[in-house]
Amino acid sequence: MKTNDVIIQFTAKIVFFIIFFFAIHIFLAGHYTPGGGFVGGLLASSAIVLLVLAFDITTVRTIIPVTYTTLTAVGLIIALATASFPMLKGDPFFTHYFDYFTLPLIGKTSLHTAMLFDTGVFLVVVGVTMTIIQTIGEDE
Amino acid sequence: MTILANLLVILPISVGVLFIVVTAIGLIRFPDLYTRAHAASKSATLGVMSVLIGVFFHFWLFENHFNPRILLGIVFLFITGPVGGHIMSRSSYIAGVKPWEGTVKDDLAEEIERMKKEQGIK
Repeated sequence: MKTNDVIIQFTAKIVFFIIFFFAIHIFLAGHYTPGGGFVGGLLASSAIVLLVLAFDITTVRTIIPVTYTTLTAVGLIIALATASFPMLKGDPFFTHYFDYFTLPLIGKTSLHTAMLFDTGVFLVVVGVTMTIIQTIGEDE
Repeated sequence: MTILANLLVILPISVGVLFIVVTAIGLIRFPDLYTRAHAASKSATLGVMSVLIGVFFHFWLFENHFNPRILLGIVFLFITGPVGGHIMSRSSYIAGVKPWEGTVKDDLAEEIERMKKEQGIK
């Protein structure tokens, strides 16, 4: 039976942004506080799962037009590229570099190539979780 | 000042724990699903929110650490707790859970009959 579910849809619209920005915060704060790419990716995919629960899979596919298997591949390529980039400079595999930069508005910031590796982990976790959930959810 | 700061920590946490205990008692003693959902979604949300406010003031006033995640958690609970209770009790009503036999008014039944007639489900 199709019922009136305006309350859960409206709540999902608001809560999606809270969860998604918290996922990005957890992802960026991973170097100095608990968090990182894995937890951030799980949180981001749980925000998308909330949208899938409140609406349906085809609607969410038009809202977020991403092929999740491609997302997994892109994440793996980013992780592998950051790991193998030092070999071009003659350093061992998985050497990380960091330095301090003065950015506009933010000020003195330390940027680290581990961040790029974490981006890869984030994308792989989002891609794998969403692929699993979509393939199970679409099974008729 | 220390007394005031202590009060700001102790009072919300005690009130929150009291509300959580009231929730547990309500879950045991109420007769049917809907009254239990009423107890669980309202007073548990308020209890956890009060505990979080106490924790927030403790870390802010004594450890000198302003933690906006706790405030975000309070807002999140305030939005999602009652909605969770609403969704659970509505889906169990549609699934056919009967209310307590002392219930005198049931407006949702007519509405669901109308919806079933509109969509052609017997």
